[in-house]
Amino acid sequence: MPDKPKIALYWCASCGGCDEAVVDLAEGVLTLTDAVDIAFWPVALDGKRSDVENLADGGLLATLINGAVRNSEQEEMAHLLRAKSQYIIAFGACAHLGGIPGLANLYSSQDILSAAFNDSPTTEPDAVLPRTNTLDEMHALGLPEFRETVKTLDQVIAVDYYIPGCPPSRKVVSEALRALVSGELPDRGTVLAPNIALCEECPRKESKPEKLSLESLHRTYGIEIDPEKCLLAQGIVCLGMGTRAGCDAACIRGNMPCTGCFGPSDRVRDQGAKLLSALASSLSATETEAIDLALAELPDEVGTFYRYSLPGSLLQRALVHSK
Amino acid sequence: MPNGQEDATTVFEPRIVAFFCNWCTYLASDLAGSSRMKYPPNSCVIRLMCSGRVDPQFILNAFAHGADGVLIGGCHPGDCHYREGNYKALRRFRLLRRMLVKMGIEEERVRLEWISAAEADRVRDVIREMVGKIRELGPLKLDLVPKAEMTKAEELIHA
Ligand code: SF4
Ligand code: SF4
Ligand code: SF4
Repeated sequence: MPDKPKIALYWCASCGGCDEAVVDLAEGVLTLTDAVDIAFWPVALDGKRSDVENLADGGLLATLINGAVRNSEQEEMAHLLRAKSQYIIAFGACAHLGGIPGLANLYSSQDILSAAFNDSPTTEPDAVLPRTNTLDEMHALGLPEFRETVKTLDQVIAVDYYIPGCPPSRKVVSEALRALVSGELPDRGTVLAPNIALCEECPRKESKPEKLSLESLHRTYGIEIDPEKCLLAQGIVCLGMGTRAGCDAACIRGNMPCTGCFGPSDRVRDQGAKLLSALASSLSATETEAIDLALAELPDEVGTFYRYSLPGSLLQRALVHSK
Repeated sequence: MPNGQEDATTVFEPRIVAFFCNWCTYLASDLAGSSRMKYPPNSCVIRLMCSGRVDPQFILNAFAHGADGVLIGGCHPGDCHYREGNYKALRRFRLLRRMLVKMGIEEERVRLEWISAAEADRVRDVIREMVGKIRELGPLKLDLVPKAEMTKAEELIHA
C-alpha cells in the first residue's frame, strides 16, 4: 500500500481558535487521518522545526497555515513550509485577510510595544522592551523581530487556497479537506467557500426589504432584537450583504449580527469599503447633519468594516504620523 | 542646477483623481476647457454616469495606485438625473471620510462638491484649492505590500 500523503498544520499570529476548528471536526479528524498522515502540528503534536527541514521539498501534500504574519519567525516558518508543500492553504480569517490581529495596523509597532511594556498600569515605565538579541556572560539569546506591519499570509508566501472564517465553519473545513484529499481542487487562488453573499443563505432573508431606508442605527445592547426579522432591517449593523456565505449564518442563528469574518465574495476587492458603501446606502438621511447624526451610533468605522480584513484591504494599514 | 536654487522639477505635483458626474460636473469641466479657463493640470478626470456610482472602492483604489487626493463632483441636491444618486454619494462620503481620517489620511485629500453644468469657474476654483492644500500636505506615502509570487522552485514543486 502506498504511503499516505503527509500534511502539516501551522500557526502564526493566531488565537488558537483555528486549530480548535480542526479538532472540532470531531470524528471527521479520524476520517482525515485515515486519508493523510499529519507530519507536523505544533498545537497538538510534539515536533521540531528540524522535522520540517528534514522533509524533501514538496514532501508535504499541503500545509494549512492559520494566523496573520507579524514577526520574523513566522515569516521564516512560512517560507520553509512553502518549500516543503505542494499546496499552501491559508486557514481562517487571520491568514486569509489579516483577521483581528490585523487591526494592529492602526498603530505603529513602537506604539504597540510601548502600550504593552511601558504605558500599561501594571508595567514599570522604564521596562525593557523585547529585543532581538541579548547577550549575557554565557548565552546569546534571540527573539523574533516584531515587524512594523501585520501581513496576510499571501503577502509573505504564495498561497494556493483560502479557507475563510474566524474560525472556519466545520462545513467549509470538511469540504476543503475532502477536495484536497480527493484531488478535486478548483483553480489556484480560490476561496473554498460558496461565492455568494451571506444574506443568500440567511434564514431571515425573506424579511430583508428590497430597498432599505433606515432612519437610525442601533447597537445590539440598545434594543430588543426581534429574533425572526432581518437584523439590518431592524437598524442593526449586520454585514451579511458584503460577506461570503459558508457559515450557515451562524451568528444570525444566535440572534447576533454578522461581523464579516468570512471575508468578501469574489466580486468584491475591499470588503470594508463595500460594507461601508452598502451601509451608507441603507440610510435614509439626505442632509449632512442628519447623516452624521445617524452615523453617530457607529463610532468605530475601521473596527466595524475591517474587523477581519485590514491587512488584506486596499490600504492595508493606517498611516501613522509621528507625534 | 546652481546651489540653493529650487529645481522646478522637484516641486511636488499632487495627483488628483476626479470622479465627475456625466450630467453636471463633467459638463462643467468641459465648459471650463472650452472657455479656456486656467487651472493646474493635476487632475485626472473620470466620467461616471452619477456621483452615486462612485463605489468607495474606487476611491481607495485611486489612493492605492498613487493618487494624493480624490475629488467627487455631482449634481446639486434636488438636481440628480437619477433623483437620489447624489444623496447616496453624500452618505458614503461622510462615512468614508470619517474612516479615512482614522486611518491617518487627512480629510483634505477627499472632497465632494456639488457643481452644476454651468459652474465651470467652480471646477477651476475647487481644483486650484485642492492642489494647493495637498501640495502643503505633501505626497500620500502608502507603503503597500504586494502579494507574494511563486518562486521558480516553488512552481516546480507545485506542477
Ligand atoms: S481566524 Fe479567528 S479563530 Fe482563527 S486564529 Fe484568527 S482569530 Fe483565531
Ligand atoms: S442583513 Fe443579516 S439578518 Fe439580514 S438577511 Fe443579511 S445576514 Fe440575514
Ligand atoms: S455570521 Fe458573519 S461573523 Fe458570524 S460566522 Fe458567519 S460570516 Fe462570520
